[in-house]
Amino acid sequence: MNIDSLVLLAIALPLMGAAFNGLVGLFAPGYRSNKTLIGTLGTLCVAIPFAIGVLLFIQFDHDAHITRAFTWMSAGDFTADFGYRVDQLSLLMMLIVTGVGALIHIYSIGYMRDDPGFWKFFAYLNLFIFAMLNLVLGDNLLVLFLGWEGVGLCSYLLIGFWFTDLKNSEAANKAFIVNRIGDFAFLLAMFILFKDLGSLDFDVILAGGASLAPATINWVVFLLFIGATGKSAQIPLFVWLPDAMAGPTPVSALIHAATMVTSGLYLLARMSSLVLLAPGVMTFIAIIGALTAIMAATIAITQNDIKRVLAYSTVSQLGFMFMAAGVGAFFVAIFHVMTHAFFKGCLFLGSGSVIHGMHEVEHQLEEEGHEVHLDPQDMRTMGGLRKYMPATSITYLISTLAIAGFPLMSGFFSKDEILFKAFEYGYSGNGYAWFVWVVGIITALLTAFYMMRSYVLTFRGKERWPNADRIHPHESPASMTGPLWALAVLAIVGGFLGLPGVIAHGDLNWIHHWLGAPYGGPVAEAVVAEHEASFIVVEWILLILGGVIALVGLGYAWRVYNRDGIEFDQKLAIDFRGLYTTWANKYYWDEGYDKAVVKPVLGLARRVMDPFDRYIVDGLVNGLGSMVRAFSSLFKYLQTGVVQNYAVAILFGVVLLLGLIIFG
Amino acid sequence: MPIGNIISVLIFLPLVGALITMLLRSESQIKWAALITTSVTFVLSLGLLWGFDPSLGTGTGPQMAEVYSSWFPDAFDIKYYVGVDGLNVLLILLTTLLGPILVLSSWTYIKKAPRGYYTLMLILQTGITGVFCSYDVFLFYIFFELTLIPMYFIIGIWGGEDRIYAAVKFVLYTLVGSLLMLVGILYLGNAAGDAVNGGVFTTDWYKIVQYNPDASTQTWLFFLFAFSFAIKVPLFPLHTWLPDAHVQAPSGGSVVLAGVLLKMGTYGLVRFCLPFFPYASQKYAMLIAILAVIGVIYGALVSRVQPDAKKLVAYSSVSHLGFVVLGIFAFTTEAMQGAMIQMINHGISTGALFLILGMMYERRHTRMMDDFGGIAKSVPILTFFMVFSVLASAGLPGLNGFVGEFLILVGSFKSDVIGNPFLIAAATTGVILAAVYLLWMLHKTFFGPITNEANRTMVDLNWREIGLLAPLAVLMLVLGLAPSKFLQMSEASTESIIQIVDSKISAMTEFESGEPVAVGALSIDSDQQ
Amino acid sequence: MEIPVDWYLALSAILFLLGVIGVLFRRNVIIILMSIELMLNAVNISLVALSQATGDVSGQILVFFVMSVAAAEAAVGLAIVIAIFRNKLSVDVNDFNLFKH
Repeated sequence: MNIDSLVLLAIALPLMGAAFNGLVGLFAPGYRSNKTLIGTLGTLCVAIPFAIGVLLFIQFDHDAHITRAFTWMSAGDFTADFGYRVDQLSLLMMLIVTGVGALIHIYSIGYMRDDPGFWKFFAYLNLFIFAMLNLVLGDNLLVLFLGWEGVGLCSYLLIGFWFTDLKNSEAANKAFIVNRIGDFAFLLAMFILFKDLGSLDFDVILAGGASLAPATINWVVFLLFIGATGKSAQIPLFVWLPDAMAGPTPVSALIHAATMVTSGLYLLARMSSLVLLAPGVMTFIAIIGALTAIMAATIAITQNDIKRVLAYSTVSQLGFMFMAAGVGAFFVAIFHVMTHAFFKGCLFLGSGSVIHGMHEVEHQLEEEGHEVHLDPQDMRTMGGLRKYMPATSITYLISTLAIAGFPLMSGFFSKDEILFKAFEYGYSGNGYAWFVWVVGIITALLTAFYMMRSYVLTFRGKERWPNADRIHPHESPASMTGPLWALAVLAIVGGFLGLPGVIAHGDLNWIHHWLGAPYGGPVAEAVVAEHEASFIVVEWILLILGGVIALVGLGYAWRVYNRDGIEFDQKLAIDFRGLYTTWANKYYWDEGYDKAVVKPVLGLARRVMDPFDRYIVDGLVNGLGSMVRAFSSLFKYLQTGVVQNYAVAILFGVVLLLGLIIFG
Repeated sequence: MPIGNIISVLIFLPLVGALITMLLRSESQIKWAALITTSVTFVLSLGLLWGFDPSLGTGTGPQMAEVYSSWFPDAFDIKYYVGVDGLNVLLILLTTLLGPILVLSSWTYIKKAPRGYYTLMLILQTGITGVFCSYDVFLFYIFFELTLIPMYFIIGIWGGEDRIYAAVKFVLYTLVGSLLMLVGILYLGNAAGDAVNGGVFTTDWYKIVQYNPDASTQTWLFFLFAFSFAIKVPLFPLHTWLPDAHVQAPSGGSVVLAGVLLKMGTYGLVRFCLPFFPYASQKYAMLIAILAVIGVIYGALVSRVQPDAKKLVAYSSVSHLGFVVLGIFAFTTEAMQGAMIQMINHGISTGALFLILGMMYERRHTRMMDDFGGIAKSVPILTFFMVFSVLASAGLPGLNGFVGEFLILVGSFKSDVIGNPFLIAAATTGVILAAVYLLWMLHKTFFGPITNEANRTMVDLNWREIGLLAPLAVLMLVLGLAPSKFLQMSEASTESIIQIVDSKISAMTEFESGEPVAVGALSIDSDQQ
Repeated sequence: MEIPVDWYLALSAILFLLGVIGVLFRRNVIIILMSIELMLNAVNISLVALSQATGDVSGQILVFFVMSVAAAEAAVGLAIVIAIFRNKLSVDVNDFNLFKH
């Protein structure tokens, strides 16, 4: 098979899987109970594209290959094809999406087994993979946008998967609408690009970018970045992501940690040569990334819901990636996207395994007739789970170490590379990068702390649920622990794909060689001055500093939470009195938006516009009608309803006329 | 001619069907007669796809044209002149497609006086098809008015509680506009007759289009026509008849109203206002565009606070058609093409929304969102179609609504006439707001726990209902993913409209004196027949 | 003996006046209808008389038209009366006031 048909097959398969499972499940309810068939089919529709991705990866010969399926829309000068581009960047993203996606599909077979919406879940997941493949493989901004909104839709459908709870449906709406605000900016960026360049194809945009006026480039990059803040949960549009945890946990792992939320980074990396032309906006990107990272990290410290900790951690890690983008190190951002997909995917799946176990506890308590409402996601009711769920515990610990940047694990390399790039960029005269670097260091410390906190509270210490002496959870089935192990292994070794510059002068940094523009890849990067030979000492110091910070954060959290358990949070609350409340209340973003945007707009619609429509606009119309009526009411008494009266009038009229004719 | 008088057949076959249903006695005979008539009409209309040549623009005259000029005395050049070109072919197909769907949707919904209902529906279809096919302004006017009467009775007899008020408002409102247009037609026929037809009063589109009135005449004629069409669209602030009419009309009435009746307004703007009065159209394009954008935002916000689901969708029409008007007055091919396809898209997706709301009303006899809640659990198939149509309506890429909205906005953004970035940005917020109010409706009616016991036993769609929604859903997908075939059909014609506008305006600047100018140099060949 | 045409015209005028009075002042619809017939026939008399006096037959031909119209009018009128009577159970015009403001 040639590359074209392979690419199209890889994109079409998930769509067909979604259509089949979805439509047959919807119209033939009998099909819904064939869970093995549904799950296998759904998984195959992702696993085969992964295999195709591997094949394409092996065959890849350093030239972007473009596949055109058919014309999507064309009108006047505007044309957009369903064109797909296979190059280093899209292949890497495709492998992450389908690889992690396939693992999470397998996991879901176990996790969702008892859910009546099993068929629907797999249809949605496949649809998501389809949209995500369009996003990363699309050859023009419009196909990318199709995927962009498509993943937003799947996110909406899956957050609201358990729609009988009104809160879930609300969270789904919030996610979709906040994303739409970002998409609004994205659309405007496309309008500008089409107006000035006449096309939305990447080749045209990236080649013609340099010819645009600086103000135009600034606007385009700024608007694209706003689009990215929506999808990738940055200030000011991050508020939907924590609420999105209402969805089933595999969804949180796949969509809200590993793949969809990183699409903003993909967009910036894809547009990297354009972004580099707008240094002012890059400053903005880096600062927003840094602020988001530290803000989310501080919130994560205070959360008790295990999934919310991970959600804020995701926001924070995405902030790291934007820091990298903001200092022009796009390939490092993608590197972190990849390692983050591994360890955060593993963490979320681990939390899913824990929730699965806690559900079991909840059921047992119910069977014993206890009137307790156990929140299976609340870490305050967990503890000591490592005894009962060893595989989950170990993989969770591995990923915790990886995200914290424990030396030689994947997060260590990718995060340190980001911090190093920020340092280097600052060193070569870009002042804001120093700020980014300092914030990054502090955030790294906080990350190590809150992640270890979540591990210790969940898996160590005493069991805190009721009747823990009799009732305890069991380890999840192999279909769930298998993906956990796979991701944990990747979380350990994934970092070796991007060994830092101190080792063999960066020659072993595979990801840089694969993606970077200096080596013929599609991802441009900021050029910094050559360093003197002694700079390597600084690099070593920074690398060691990164490791030390991780160890300090991990070690401190390990010590205090093992010693005090959940009570240590109270100490924190007292020590950081004002700050802690702010953190625990998420800096009041939701309340602020509610007061500043939602309420005023709704109030305007409800108190001003609706009455305006009813009484002013429509009132004018009805008023016109009443005027006519009032006028005619003067004459209505002539209308007696008795025909004979009219006939008399006619008679008089005739006599009068006759008289006029005869005598006139 | 190979396909004979297909256009006349398409126009009058429903009328023949109406005569037949009028004579039938039993309800099932009436329904089947109506269904067969509309289905046959639809199948015949597919012949248009086969016989239509998309490479021909409007300038070269309509295709499959039919002319009978003996209809009126020779002192008036008024003809029965029908045909198709790129501007109307899709709208005709949409009309004929909705025919059988309307009949099927009313199958159990209409219990009172079915004979009158189906007869009026068929007459209505004749009127609408005639409006789209006419190349004689006078004939257009007759069909335009013909649609009023059946719609009046459909709302007034089979409507909701306030049906009389809504029906009277609908008729009076549109009548005011169309009477003003009649004045315009009479003046225009005289003036164009003097200028280009040897002093004989003419309403032939191809003759009038060669007549280029001077600036001040154009301006007031433009407003007479535009006012009439703006009411029909409806453009803010002339929209208040629409929510009332939609809410009170029976389900089928709402579908035909949203599906095709409103398109008569936007179609009229493209067909008549732009090529007849290009100077005035461009001069006041900004004004109209601002009103359109106000309509987009205003309609969306008012929609969000309605407690009545049908009213919510009605206001969403105000918002969506604002986009169409914006696209028409951008004077770029991209935007006008977007407007053309958006007319079809809106007809399909909003039509589907009204159909589904009708099905819900049939089951629960309420339109209030508070009376529902959580029904996704009891009616999954209905929910599927609703979510699908909502997403199409909200402009999700891959479904039809996006194609039109995107082309309109991208084309308006590059427009020299109305391409103010802030105006277009404001219009683009409509995309956000569409998600806000439509998802709100889903949230209120379909999701959450079942709060009302009556909803627990709600019956899901039967095969008849699935069968009439499925083609619409398929069309949403096809128009969303592969609209290029459909766009091609209108491309040449929209380009010729823009070309007529450009050449007439440049002729105006050559003759600065302001005298009426007959532009012989236009690339319009009026002697096609 | 030749009867002068004036006499016929006088008779016609009197009958017509009677018909007008009947239409205007009677309340029973049937009688009103009969009064209309009276008026029509009064016209017929004058048409015939004038036709005879002037020697032109077109007047007499017109009479046939009037008679057929009168027959149709009576049929339709009575049908309407019956239809109304079914609804209102009355033939009094005072009860037929749907056109009242």
